[in-house]
Amino acid sequence: MASRDFWDGARRGVPIVLSASPFGALFGALAIDNGFSIVDAMFMSATVFAGASQMVGLDLFGHAVQPWLIVLSVFAVNFRHVLYSASMARHIAHFTLLQKGAALFLLTDPQYAETEKRGERGEPVTFVWYMGLGLAIYLPWLLATLLGAVFGGLIGDPKAIGLDVMLPIYFMALVLGFRSRDNWLPVVAVSSVVSVIAMHLVGSPWHVSIGALAGVVLAACLPVKSGEISR
Amino acid sequence: MSFDHFLPQDLRLIGIIILAAIATYLTRVGGAIMMARMERIPPRMEAALNAVPAAVLSTLVAPALFYGGADVTIAIFAAFLVGLRFSALPMLFAGWAVVMVLRYTGLF
Repeated sequence: MASRDFWDGARRGVPIVLSASPFGALFGALAIDNGFSIVDAMFMSATVFAGASQMVGLDLFGHAVQPWLIVLSVFAVNFRHVLYSASMARHIAHFTLLQKGAALFLLTDPQYAETEKRGERGEPVTFVWYMGLGLAIYLPWLLATLLGAVFGGLIGDPKAIGLDVMLPIYFMALVLGFRSRDNWLPVVAVSSVVSVIAMHLVGSPWHVSIGALAGVVLAACLPVKSGEISR
Repeated sequence: MSFDHFLPQDLRLIGIIILAAIATYLTRVGGAIMMARMERIPPRMEAALNAVPAAVLSTLVAPALFYGGADVTIAIFAAFLVGLRFSALPMLFAGWAVVMVLRYTGLF
């Protein structure tokens, strides 16, 4: 039973790994370009384990930006995890403290999306299922980083092989997956428009936090439906 | 292939990575700790939390759609149409195929 849950979770990781691995490899390759050693790149993938923020971190390090500003930028890009972890808390409330500590270390965008989907379908979010999914994303991420760092020169320009469109399309697929939720369209519309304006006025990565906050505040202000809010 | 750059050259970088990892872990546990301190979730807060994933993920899509160039915009739109019927992998393939065709037929 437990092992079936584990493999069930791990199977959900397959499409995620297919779409995320190019970015792991790209991170490894770019890290070397920006003055990281292979060990540095692996160490960052293993401990930070958050692709977009890793890219921001290595870019700023390559530009010799102040260390505290690099850490702050990584924190800003990852700030969305606070909201994920708050929203996911109800699904993992039955984990022990130690299990929560381990599970939350593996919290990523797709991990959150899959956990919410499973909880919403009324299927049990067991620790074993969660770790099956989490490790199925974590271990290939390390492997992709290593391959990218070692063979980085071979990837060349990511645009030439169409890699640059994969990340936004993957995130859009996740957005579409939530379209049955209350207020989905107004939230998506407002967050999209505000993030585009914020990117122009304030710049990246702040457009993520600003745009997301706009959509979340809107959802809090819209009329609340009577009875239970859809979980 | 050279392994000159296999080992860390700069201990400052290791320090930055450790601090970045701690900052990231705090974002991952922060929300759950916050929720554990509240007795029950007010309905408006729950509505707000329900909106979080779509709100955050939209901000990772819209700027690419807007500032990514015409080829990226067309590819994302094609993937969107596929996404109305199919899941993530067909969307990724459609968007990739469209952008490659646009780039290698000299249209962009």
